[in-house]
Amino acid sequence: MAKEAKDKVLTGAEILIRCLQEEKVEHVFGYPGGSVLYIYDALSQQDKVKHILVRHEQAAVHAADAYSRSSNKIGVCLVTSGPGVTNAVTGIATAYMDSIPLVAITGQVPTAAIGQDAFQECDTVGITRPCVKHNFLVKDVKDLALTLKKAFYLARTGRPGPVLVDIPKDVSAQSCAFDYPESISIRSYNPIVKGHSGQIKKAVQLLQDAKRPMVYTGGGVILSNASERLTTLTRKLGYPITNTLMGLGAYPASDKQFLGMPGMHGTYETNMAMQHCDVLLAIGARFDDRVIGNPTHFAQNKRKIIHVDIDPSSISKRVKVDVPIVGDVADVLADMLAQIDSVGLSKKTQDISAWWKQIEDWRSRDCLKYPQGPDLIMPQFVVQKLFEVTKGDAFITSDVGQHQMFAAQFYGFDKPRRWINSGGLGTMGVGLPYAMGVCLANPGAQVACVTGEASIQMCIQEMSTAKQYRLPLKIVNLNNRYLGMVRQWQQMFHGNRYAESYVDALPDFVKLAEAYGHVGMQITRPQDVAPALHEAFTTYKDQLVFMDFITDQEANVFPMIENGKGLSEMIMSEDL
Amino acid sequence: MRHIISILLENESGALSRVSGLFSARAYNIESLTVAPTEDPSLSRMTIVSIGSNDIIEQITKQLNKLVEVIKVVDLSEAAHIERELMLVKVRATGKDREEMKRIADIFRGRIIDVTDSAYVIELTGNGAKLDAFIEAIDRTLILETVRTGVSGIGRGDRILKV
Repeated sequence: MAKEAKDKVLTGAEILIRCLQEEKVEHVFGYPGGSVLYIYDALSQQDKVKHILVRHEQAAVHAADAYSRSSNKIGVCLVTSGPGVTNAVTGIATAYMDSIPLVAITGQVPTAAIGQDAFQECDTVGITRPCVKHNFLVKDVKDLALTLKKAFYLARTGRPGPVLVDIPKDVSAQSCAFDYPESISIRSYNPIVKGHSGQIKKAVQLLQDAKRPMVYTGGGVILSNASERLTTLTRKLGYPITNTLMGLGAYPASDKQFLGMPGMHGTYETNMAMQHCDVLLAIGARFDDRVIGNPTHFAQNKRKIIHVDIDPSSISKRVKVDVPIVGDVADVLADMLAQIDSVGLSKKTQDISAWWKQIEDWRSRDCLKYPQGPDLIMPQFVVQKLFEVTKGDAFITSDVGQHQMFAAQFYGFDKPRRWINSGGLGTMGVGLPYAMGVCLANPGAQVACVTGEASIQMCIQEMSTAKQYRLPLKIVNLNNRYLGMVRQWQQMFHGNRYAESYVDALPDFVKLAEAYGHVGMQITRPQDVAPALHEAFTTYKDQLVFMDFITDQEANVFPMIENGKGLSEMIMSEDL
Repeated sequence: MRHIISILLENESGALSRVSGLFSARAYNIESLTVAPTEDPSLSRMTIVSIGSNDIIEQITKQLNKLVEVIKVVDLSEAAHIERELMLVKVRATGKDREEMKRIADIFRGRIIDVTDSAYVIELTGNGAKLDAFIEAIDRTLILETVRTGVSGIGRGDRILKV
């Protein structure tokens, strides 16, 4: 295609659209404005790239982000200069913290007006610089095609991330010959893919000598599409495994080797195993504060750590490791499997039955148990019923707070890219636009947004977008009339003083959903939970259904590790 | 510990702010930063002096390497190296001070590069300590202004930083 088009003179706006077509982009999430009018004009004159008109730029980025997360395609968003960009910043920062590949196209005032405090001008590359993998300001239309090629290349390779391309209005109007390069290399950018073979041998040796091994994996396994290899390796070894919040679904949750999520709201058995193992294999995970708690406490128990990550700066950042392996997770796992096969497994590997016995003992504490009585709906119960009704096979997005943790704890993900949430930045409001992005990337799939009455209101306007594009997502609103996680911390650490965490004057969500043209339901009794979900996924299969579950107001998320405490210092539900 | 980090990067607008932004965003310390294009105008060479524990310097090096426009990063202080800084000092030079100032400049191998009836501009090159010593050696009340470039560094012998 690029060849035919050679020498054909196109405007900057047309070049942009052609580049998107060359990159096989099917959907662009955006919102028009003065600086992107040429681009929108060009968009309207073709039908390969479909535009999804959101109601707020933040949602455009979130939707593009979830499009990437749920499909391994690259999400693209398009916003205008000034407020269009500043509204998009939260979305960009959210994607950046979770290393999500994304290309953000932003309009800019004409080159001659840059720096003049023009109408709707802001320093886009300056504002976004700390929250993108890279960004570009295109000052000449002749650089546009190459810059876009670079943007897509940078977004998806190495440690992925959002890349922003700022296009001044005059650049989108000017013309030049279009030529899209087939391949690209950047001399200053050479991500390492292959792990060091000596280190891989050392790692395999350590794993085979382990008496109390533990596998700990994060979002890197999902980003690298390495779930299958991880599963093969873990099953071959027979070792216990945990997936972080970002890594859920990388290893099937229904498998008995899976111990649950680690960290602040992780399971008892996982946190104890993380603390007491003698060899820890960390893959595509970064030992962040919500996972290992206090690093000093973590280091008190001596263990050998193998750390596989594509980003050298993730290694030995918070925790010193013994065998660092820099490389693409999928590549390194393939090499590890080959190494295990070549040295042989059964003869050399230690008997770890005593370790499994210990783990089963921890597991028998049943740390996620909660009381479900006949009157009040427990939020955990709703997630369990959602799992049953969708047969564990839905895409689940969430917002941020208690409902997010309940969803992560109680919806057992057996497949990667099914759990879509803001792990790093913790952005309230992502749930609904995330669900939109998932619907568009996975037509026909079951999609549910598990949210709370506070989070959902942060991007509630997107119910209008969902109507326009007939996106049949299901909103599972766990309505406890509190900012639940804030209230839980206030209860536990601030003397029960619920400062500003009670949400008064909530809208009637049923009527609100209906006002937007959707189906609304309110569910107040435990026995109605499963039937309502069933109805939503069958009778109203093709519609957006807003299910407002009135839940127990003061349910808490357990186990919990207090901020700054160690992994084995969990507060359990029975402790309060 | 004080480290001298040498960086070879693309000579593109915005590259400097990516580097300085990284230091402020991650609360790393910058004692001095110098940058200019090299003999190849598409490249810039930057020298940063920073103070931090070995762990922090390791993170700084890794984070710098992650920037898309950065080609190579070397901690010069890991091995034999040379560092130099240029200082321009404008001093009052009247009466007996006129001769004295010239004498001290000579001792420090400085050069007087501008002369008026009442003032000299002295050019002095050396490591930071030498420049500090010069300031200490002259009468402070005679200093009208000083300009220092910050440290530039290069490895000794066969240590070469290039593409």
